[in-house]
Amino acid sequence: MTSGLPLFFVITVTAIKQGYEDWIRHKADNAINQCPVHVIQHGKVVRKQSQKLRVGDIVQVKEDETFPCDLILLSTSREDGTCFVTTASLDGESSHKTYYAVQDTKAFNTAEEVDTLHATIECEQPQPDLYKFVGRINIYLDRDEPIARPLGSENLLLRGATLKNTEYIHAVAIYTGMETKMALNYQSKSQKRSAVEKSMNAYLIVYLCILISKALINTLLKYVWQADANRDEPWYNQKTETERQRHVLIRAFTDFLAYMVLFNYIIPVSMYVTVEMQKFLGSYFILWDDDMFDEELGERPLVNTSDLNEELGQVEYVFTDKTGTLTENNMELRECCVDGHVYVPHAICNGQILPGAAEMDMIDSSPGVDGKEREELFFRALCLCHTVQVKEEETVDGIKRGIHQGKSTSFYISSSPDEVALVEGMKRLGFTYLRLKDSHMEILNRDDEMERFELLEVLNFDSVRRRMSVIVRSSSGEYYLFCKGADSSIFPRVVSGKVEQVRARVEHNAVEGLRTLCVAYKKLTHEEYEKTCRLLNSAKLALQDRDKKLAEAYDVIEKDFILLGATAVEDRLQDKAADTIESLHKAGMKVWVLTGDKMETAAATCYASKLFHRNTQILELTTKRTEEQSLHDVLFDLSRTVLRHHGSMTRDTFSGLSGDCQDYGLIIDGATLSAVLKPTQDGNNGGNYKEIFLEICRNCSAVLCCRMAPLQKAQIVKMIKASKEHPITLAIGDGANDVSMILEAHVGIGIMGKEGRQAARNSDYAITKFKHLKKMLLVHGHYYYIRIAELVQYFFYKNVCFIFPQFLYQFFCGFSQQPLYDTAYLTLYNISFTSLPILLYSLMEQHINMDILKRDPSLYRDIAKNSLLRWSTFIYWTFLGVFDAMVFFFGAFFLFDNTTFTSNGQLMATNTQMMFGNWTFGTLVFTILVFTVTLKLALDTHYWTWINHFVIWGSLLFYVIFSLLWGGIIWPFLNYQRMYYVFMQMLSSGPAWLSIILLIIVSLLPDVVKKVLCRALWPTTTERIQTKRQCLTAEQSTIFMLSQTSSSVSF
Amino acid sequence: MAASYNAKEEDGHLSGSSGLGGTAIRTRKPDNTAFKQQRLPAWQPILTAGTVLPAFFVIGLIFIPIGIGLFVTSNNIKEIEIEYTGTETSSPCFNCSHNFSWNSTTPCKCVLSFFLDQPFESNVFMYYGLSNFYQNHRRYVKSRDDSQLNGDLNSLKDPSKECEPYRFNEKPIAPCGAIANSMFNDTLDLFYIDPNGTKNPIPLIKKGIAWWTDKHVKFRNPAGSNLTAVFRDTAKPVNWLKPVYELDTDSENNGFINEDFIVWMRTAALPTFRKLYRIIQKKNNMTPTLPRGNYTLEVTYNYPVRSFEGRKRMILSTISWMGGKNPFLGIAYITVGSICFFLGVVLLFIHHKYGNRNNSSDISN
Repeated sequence: MTSGLPLFFVITVTAIKQGYEDWIRHKADNAINQCPVHVIQHGKVVRKQSQKLRVGDIVQVKEDETFPCDLILLSTSREDGTCFVTTASLDGESSHKTYYAVQDTKAFNTAEEVDTLHATIECEQPQPDLYKFVGRINIYLDRDEPIARPLGSENLLLRGATLKNTEYIHAVAIYTGMETKMALNYQSKSQKRSAVEKSMNAYLIVYLCILISKALINTLLKYVWQADANRDEPWYNQKTETERQRHVLIRAFTDFLAYMVLFNYIIPVSMYVTVEMQKFLGSYFILWDDDMFDEELGERPLVNTSDLNEELGQVEYVFTDKTGTLTENNMELRECCVDGHVYVPHAICNGQILPGAAEMDMIDSSPGVDGKEREELFFRALCLCHTVQVKEEETVDGIKRGIHQGKSTSFYISSSPDEVALVEGMKRLGFTYLRLKDSHMEILNRDDEMERFELLEVLNFDSVRRRMSVIVRSSSGEYYLFCKGADSSIFPRVVSGKVEQVRARVEHNAVEGLRTLCVAYKKLTHEEYEKTCRLLNSAKLALQDRDKKLAEAYDVIEKDFILLGATAVEDRLQDKAADTIESLHKAGMKVWVLTGDKMETAAATCYASKLFHRNTQILELTTKRTEEQSLHDVLFDLSRTVLRHHGSMTRDTFSGLSGDCQDYGLIIDGATLSAVLKPTQDGNNGGNYKEIFLEICRNCSAVLCCRMAPLQKAQIVKMIKASKEHPITLAIGDGANDVSMILEAHVGIGIMGKEGRQAARNSDYAITKFKHLKKMLLVHGHYYYIRIAELVQYFFYKNVCFIFPQFLYQFFCGFSQQPLYDTAYLTLYNISFTSLPILLYSLMEQHINMDILKRDPSLYRDIAKNSLLRWSTFIYWTFLGVFDAMVFFFGAFFLFDNTTFTSNGQLMATNTQMMFGNWTFGTLVFTILVFTVTLKLALDTHYWTWINHFVIWGSLLFYVIFSLLWGGIIWPFLNYQRMYYVFMQMLSSGPAWLSIILLIIVSLLPDVVKKVLCRALWPTTTERIQTKRQCLTAEQSTIFMLSQTSSSVSF
Repeated sequence: MAASYNAKEEDGHLSGSSGLGGTAIRTRKPDNTAFKQQRLPAWQPILTAGTVLPAFFVIGLIFIPIGIGLFVTSNNIKEIEIEYTGTETSSPCFNCSHNFSWNSTTPCKCVLSFFLDQPFESNVFMYYGLSNFYQNHRRYVKSRDDSQLNGDLNSLKDPSKECEPYRFNEKPIAPCGAIANSMFNDTLDLFYIDPNGTKNPIPLIKKGIAWWTDKHVKFRNPAGSNLTAVFRDTAKPVNWLKPVYELDTDSENNGFINEDFIVWMRTAALPTFRKLYRIIQKKNNMTPTLPRGNYTLEVTYNYPVRSFEGRKRMILSTISWMGGKNPFLGIAYITVGSICFFLGVVLLFIHHKYGNRNNSSDISN
């Protein structure tokens, strides 16, 4: 009963929490399952509950409605068979995407017409990739032979997306329920557990062992002691007949269990509830933090899990993405280079473009007629080769951006900010992309003339090819293929053009930290175009391996280019990114940048963000170097450099702080990395490479990994996680390509940026700006860690204090499992007498002011490596608990044993000597216990707000009031009245007061002395700063004078 | 303790700045309270040698006098302990203890004489003490029925199961349970031997030895005018010589509210304990309660303890404001006070030597 109640409490709290969450989920489920859907049956629109939707139903969706399942678009209210959809709830991209109806069905516009349609659809098995779909529709028009049409992701409307700017659509359901892509993407995240939780569990095992050994020892001693029958069963204390007849083994076993029950409080069950509550409530401080609120986006940070709060204070490795994380992902065209001539468009001021084309400056030499033609072709290429959409002003109110020519205001939307930057840059250079209308792209050239190009094919961008192409037909009937992409993917495919000049310029720009793209084109004859078309169509129609076939087709088509030029887009560093990185460095964290960008660009960003300093010695481990030497040699070379220096450093400068010593930066690219990680054939040094590489990394303060595929990012994180120190890793990124590493790292942080919400959704915490990471780690992480560390240690401590006297009491009560405390005290100790102060402490404690924490990142090193939960600390706390318990027990013991412990009964009318029994003994111990553990916490509190005062003094007061009440009444529902007036009688005795005061002071003394001595003799950085701050408050001097006077008095 | 009050006034300032933001933004902006920003005004004490020093000296200075006071008071208390178990053949009670049998009808008596070399001035308290008697054994402690003792008639007829095996002896046992069954039933009488040899009985007061609340609230006789009638359908505890309604002739001290019984029912915390037996009231200010001289203690030996190697003793003690004789508390206070004082000195030394060093190193940083 007494031990069951706390357990019951714990289970109830958990059950209520889970039940509440389930109920919310159930409500949400119902709302979705029962929301009405319009289905076409027999030519009529019928309402149906969405849970009754079946595959093959034809659904009508109206504007601003959400698609109930995955649908194939058949027809829309628009004539061209397109509809606009926003997938904001799926990936966070709020831009409108265009989806296309199947060409042959777009005429079936009304419900009746749709009903007459006969078609079958073949599609692949459901799979989670949102952007991939292959299928085929066979339409049986009047003829027998069906027409087969390919279906791609452009025909597939995803559940969860919303219809926009389109009156209604008709579509056929193909995946429903759990088979929809949205449902398949509900990836159950693997449970992440923090280092604190791991040490907590380790401690728990230790305590479990202590519990079992205590019970075993007592059981054993009991039977040794009871060997004498007069002890086992003296005349005054006979057993019942049934007890006597029980087998000795059964008796021993029940005794063992009884001891387990008696001592089970040493396992702090309520700690789990408190930890849960602390984490849950504590995470609100991140949400509430004003410094982490983004005015621009109007977004607060997101806390997706509160389980990892304290892990934020333990981070040793930070893996960060570059684009959108370190940089703004706010692109701006800085320059373009056509055949070596450099054009710099004028800077835009607040989105307003300085008018006129005369702003082109920095033209090296006025190009000739030929050059002029090339130049204009280059601009047209950039105007045409993109997937940008134009958003008319009417649809969005309030924001006016990209104003043009007074005709209609519009702005560009694209999934890639680079493209927007390019198209906007082109506008400033005189070529304005107007719109895509009836498959014709309209652009306005420098002379304000409208040029129309028919858009024939778009060869979409993908990260493998790293380029995209369009095929257009000009009004004069010429076919062009324009291609833009990364230099590495364009140059090998170029056959003519001023490759050298452009390459030089591209490299120059890359070093500057600009993102470069190359543009190339080729002219196609009609026959070539036809051939291309066939190639593409056959690839698109393929049901299996469509992607592979498309890639092959693209490979064939995109070659023999003529190089036009290159562009450079600047991606500005985020606000205070450099400052943040510097702070992280000072806090002892290693920052790795993992990016898909090319080495030069990434390295430039690293310099700009102070990841590399001017005196950082850069070690390169790139394909370029491994081409010259074998990988083996390079690795050994590098490790020798690093280790030699490391060795000399440890000899010369003994202080571990790497303030002025040489630090290293490593640059590695994706190809080399996979070579390093790949197990070699000969086996014997396969693991070696990895080891050497890790060794090098460990000695580098910063590492840059460029040309990384998303999976490689996760691989790196995994590798570091698995290295022998098992460091705590943090991954931060904003894009879908960072999701894998965010999921892999101990702590995943998403940035709510421009590249959608995928990273934020999969992260543990999401913030709006990279700079917020500083406060998140240095302040919140630090606080969370010290709070939870104290919480864990304190819980074990207070339960040792609680239970150890009971253990000692067994030696004096004939090992009979007699509890020392009353049932109510046993039950309420953890639930109410000592629960709130520690919970509030673990929410409010600030051992150092947060401004100091932010200003002085090196304080973070003080808590690194789980330092507050080391075994030595744990043992210290446990021994402190044992010591305190001994003080409580033997203090009370000697008072009771040495002589009559009596009350002089002044509360009572007569001046009598009253005897105290075992319950008074227990109550005395318990009173000292409650006061000591609460005051111990008070001594540890560095930040006394009114809440702390209220809770600490309040729970002591509550204890007293409760005891008075509990002992003050004959409780009718109880079998026992053993506590009746016990507490009052105790308080009416002078020696009880004196001994309570004495024993509390004695048990607190060693901890105070230890703290003071440690602070005076071996202060940590944290303590130094605390003391220093105190010096500044000038109260120090008065105290010192006070102590001087008091000491002089005493001498 | 040194402290600094760190009241943050940024609250108002910050909310002022948030007013500049657009209304749309403001709705999602977190509220600005000092609590949410973790900037509540707070007292931030730090335990350093400097701050703890005065506390140590103060504790030392307060504790040592208290300890001395306690020690002196405790030493002034007079106490005499007389063991009468009768384990040794020389002991007057040897025969009684040796020949003890539960069935004997005639009480065995033994007489012990002792000499008080100092008079006991104020009220004297008379205790009996038992050793090696496990009144705190779990089986023993729970073997009682509080509602029966509170006069509940149902419990009188059907005592609680906890009382097993002292629950029924054909009829329900009242008072049931092991505690009641093993009630101490030796009779102790004290006589002062005048210098001329006459034997004067010393008046022993048997009321006012139990807690007032126990006597008046917790323990109650079952309703009924006649105790004998009330307890008619019950059996006496197995080891008792007399039924519960014959514990005393005084109706105010009979049955469950017999104070000897109540005192016994308050189970002792430790296997060696003493319980208050009688009070010897001071007669007047002129003569001491117990003058110097020869005394005899007459014991009616009913209570066997030798089977479990127990000891019985009689204690006479005076009391003070702090209760009975208790040197431990005084010594403890003196010790702790001295340790605190000593630590204060050590800390002063450390503070002088290292406190300055820390400060200077901070400044150099």
